[in-house]
Amino acid sequence: MSVTNEEYRPLIVAFCCNWCSYAGADLAGNNRLAYPADVKIIRVPCSCRVNPAFILRAFQRGADGVIICGCHPGDCHYTSGNYYTRRRMALLFSMLDYLGIEKERTRVEWVSAAEGAKFAATMNDFCKTVAALGENKRLEDLRCKK
Amino acid sequence: MQKVTRDILVNKAKELLANGTVDRVYGWKKGEFAYDVTPALFKSEKELDEFVFGDFCGANVSKYLVAESKKAGGKILVFLKPCDTYSLNQLTTEHRVDREKIYAVGIPCEGMLTGSALKDKVDSVLSVETEGDTVKVETLYDGVKTFPASDLLPDRCRNCKSKKHVTYDELIGEDGEVLDSGRFDEVEKLEKMTPDERFAFWQGELSRCIRCNACRDVCPACTCEKCVFDNPKSGLENKAAADSFEEKMFHIIRAFHVAGRCTDCGECSRVCPQHIPLHLLNRKFIKDMNTFYGEYQAGEVVGNRPPVVNYTKEDIEPSEAVKRGE
Repeated sequence: MSVTNEEYRPLIVAFCCNWCSYAGADLAGNNRLAYPADVKIIRVPCSCRVNPAFILRAFQRGADGVIICGCHPGDCHYTSGNYYTRRRMALLFSMLDYLGIEKERTRVEWVSAAEGAKFAATMNDFCKTVAALGENKRLEDLRCKK
Repeated sequence: MQKVTRDILVNKAKELLANGTVDRVYGWKKGEFAYDVTPALFKSEKELDEFVFGDFCGANVSKYLVAESKKAGGKILVFLKPCDTYSLNQLTTEHRVDREKIYAVGIPCEGMLTGSALKDKVDSVLSVETEGDTVKVETLYDGVKTFPASDLLPDRCRNCKSKKHVTYDELIGEDGEVLDSGRFDEVEKLEKMTPDERFAFWQGELSRCIRCNACRDVCPACTCEKCVFDNPKSGLENKAAADSFEEKMFHIIRAFHVAGRCTDCGECSRVCPQHIPLHLLNRKFIKDMNTFYGEYQAGEVVGNRPPVVNYTKEDIEPSEAVKRGE
């Protein structure tokens, strides 16, 4: 292993719903609102498309934090998808906490297509939180380490 | 220990076979050792000679009905303990068993001993007998040893959730009550620990996992014909040589897949060859669902909708959910 002086940058995976949060990210870009390049956005048709295994898999492949963004409750493009997300993620995050995994590494945020500023602010804040926690050691998979 | 005897059950089975109500019987037969009793199908009166019933008949046979009720033929007689009836109800709800083809006889249960607890205490067991609350074990090298039965009871029986049969066609003995048990005590104890302590605890427990998949195979809620854990591309299909991640992912996914459908029968912990308290993961989900979305017992009523496939507009936010217990 080589020793470098590079500053530690966390790797953040953001699952964004196509109809609200992804458009919110676009708006943040159009408005020239800066958020860290460490955030890798994955577009999903609805926040409830996110299987809990996706989140675990992201951690396995080296993510330091995972954030799920969807439409505000009540605004789902498919009427009820984000209500299911809310239940599933509440249970999953509680379970991760139960297994001793830092709960700051996972988050669910509701960001609408009009909230570019909220999107940028959320990502800035989440990156700062995860960067303070450091590398994800508790859910790492040594087989996937580069 | 058990109030019903083998003879009562065999006579009942013979009677129902003779009058044509059923044409096969699911029960238990002797396994390799005195303490390991295995579920088995009996097709005739003669085969019933091998039927056994005793304090080690903990196996929940309701899962076997998934495959059996799809086969041609008449009804299947099955003997169900109170906790097994919840599983049967849940499987009926999910349309995994054909309830019409099952003749369920409810039997009382005084708690079933586990072979793994016995093996922890003694080696080379020749025979086991229970008299009242004492278990007498004859061993090859150490002579006869006795234990109080409570020492060999698994957590699921020490904290029994219900003595009530939720579904049956006939009942042997008297029906009991739903009990107010301390089944979430262990979960609460873990929740009170710091995250570091919890991580160390689960790391210690889960790193023993050998990925035999017994917990999945025995679980009455795990009845998918294609399982995610059998997918060779999942990266999860077998044990990783490197530690830490793989077993955690397996156990989180396993528990999550049955969340809302798990009746807390405790079979996962019973069959685990490594003695991992797997039911503590399932109970965490049950406890969370009870606190977040209201009391729910899977399998209590046929047709109930589990909390994970339901929602209300006022549900708790995930960020609030993890703050509980602080």
